[in-house]
Amino acid sequence: MHKVGIIGYEQTPMMRDAGAQNEVELIMSVIHKVFAELNITQSDIDFTCSGSCDYLQGVSFAFVDGLNAVSAVPPIKESHVEMDAAWALYESWLKIQSGQAEVALIYGFGKSSPGQVREILSLQLDPYYMAPLWPDSVSLAALQARLLLEEDIISETEMAHVVKESRSYALNNPNAQLSGNISIKDLLNEPYFVSPLRKHDCPPITDGASVMVIASEKKAKELHKRPVFITGFDHRIETGQIGMRDLTKSPSIQISAKALNLDKKLIQVAELHAPFSHQYLLLKKELNLSDDVLINQSGGPLAGNIIMTAGLDRVGSIFQQLQSSSLNCGLAHATSGPCLQQNMLVLLEATS
Amino acid sequence: MSEDNKIIGFEAPIHFNYSYTAGAATTLFLQKMLEGKIVGQRCPICKGVYVPPRGSCPRDGVATEEEVEVAHTGTVESFTINYIPIPGGAVDPPFVSANIVLDGADLSFMHLISGIPHDQVTIGMRVKALWRPKNEWKPSLENIIYFEPTGEPDRDIDNLWDKFKNA
Repeated sequence: MHKVGIIGYEQTPMMRDAGAQNEVELIMSVIHKVFAELNITQSDIDFTCSGSCDYLQGVSFAFVDGLNAVSAVPPIKESHVEMDAAWALYESWLKIQSGQAEVALIYGFGKSSPGQVREILSLQLDPYYMAPLWPDSVSLAALQARLLLEEDIISETEMAHVVKESRSYALNNPNAQLSGNISIKDLLNEPYFVSPLRKHDCPPITDGASVMVIASEKKAKELHKRPVFITGFDHRIETGQIGMRDLTKSPSIQISAKALNLDKKLIQVAELHAPFSHQYLLLKKELNLSDDVLINQSGGPLAGNIIMTAGLDRVGSIFQQLQSSSLNCGLAHATSGPCLQQNMLVLLEATS
Repeated sequence: MSEDNKIIGFEAPIHFNYSYTAGAATTLFLQKMLEGKIVGQRCPICKGVYVPPRGSCPRDGVATEEEVEVAHTGTVESFTINYIPIPGGAVDPPFVSANIVLDGADLSFMHLISGIPHDQVTIGMRVKALWRPKNEWKPSLENIIYFEPTGEPDRDIDNLWDKFKNA
């Protein structure tokens, strides 16, 4: 496996409503920032890959419009995934692995404010038996939370702890949407939203965009004085039939963790793409992360959840945390689908 | 299962409401349509003028902010005569749709050509916008009913938008 380095990452502020700013304007702002930092232009990019969902915008082929944010004349090599941009990162990583590119630009964008995001996410379900019933994303997550609580794997107090910690960490994240000091007691006094979930157990509705630049080991060292290297990448998917899954476990995470030999790595920081507080607890358990590991110091998705970049943002957050400290090893996780159906683990190391 | 019992389809309607955001550039264009003006934006790098504007130059990947008002006259770059009815379409076939480069713009946009027998439309033909009566104006490109010939001699289209073609 070739080493691939992350050399740049930028994110717009995570906003409840970006108002009149459209998607292209959001993407352009972060691309220009990261290009300026690296002193490069689109002509230095061999491969461009984006992640977005046309249903969020309500415009067919909206992802093609997104390309107006990059300079595509003369024509560029480009691809798109109708998934979180973490999967665009995966495609770009493979492109560099296979020697077809040296430098890749990845971007993701999503404005969830214009539409009905909970219902829109139902469209990713099986179209025959599930989608016509319109089970929304929060209700599906609530089914999973109920199972975890009933089987005493987690407690509502632990869920509240996750939220408290997220809001408190987010005080140090200038892009965070939700932050603050809040007590467990106050959180538990909040009414249920979709029981057993309270509103704060769910991710906020967020608008924004993010961008990342990765490069082969040689190019990464040329363009950046301290790249963060991707030293492990594993992605697994569980069945789309929710009834066939044990929602209190994550066999995909268990397999990925084993494939990356996580038990032999000294992971210091982790970012978990857990849109719901109970999913944080499930992921932490399945990944066997010790209490010494600092998790979701960015605040995580509970502090701001740009759908279609929230997974890439986990990788970007680890990049930033390793950049700004003497820490060496971090783990990023991205998810897609209902109730953690798909999971991706990215192992990141600062020294080569 | 007999052929008669085969289920070959079922309806699963999808209905969503969106509050659409046009973005700064499209908002500008539509507001100017209410004033009877056609306004584009210029790229600060290649100097190309986009009409209608999209807020960015896809060639240079930068924001286009400078407003440029363009003429209501232009040149036909290409056209087609359409004989197929469009479901819910406002125009009955046959009709002519054309790529028109407005004077002052650097790329074409699509609109209808009328006011002339269809077999007399040519590439390079000079055309001008026919506007609806002012009291019918909306923030919409439909304020222009169609483009009609000006009667000027045809123009060579090779140099219409060389800023881009030679890029």
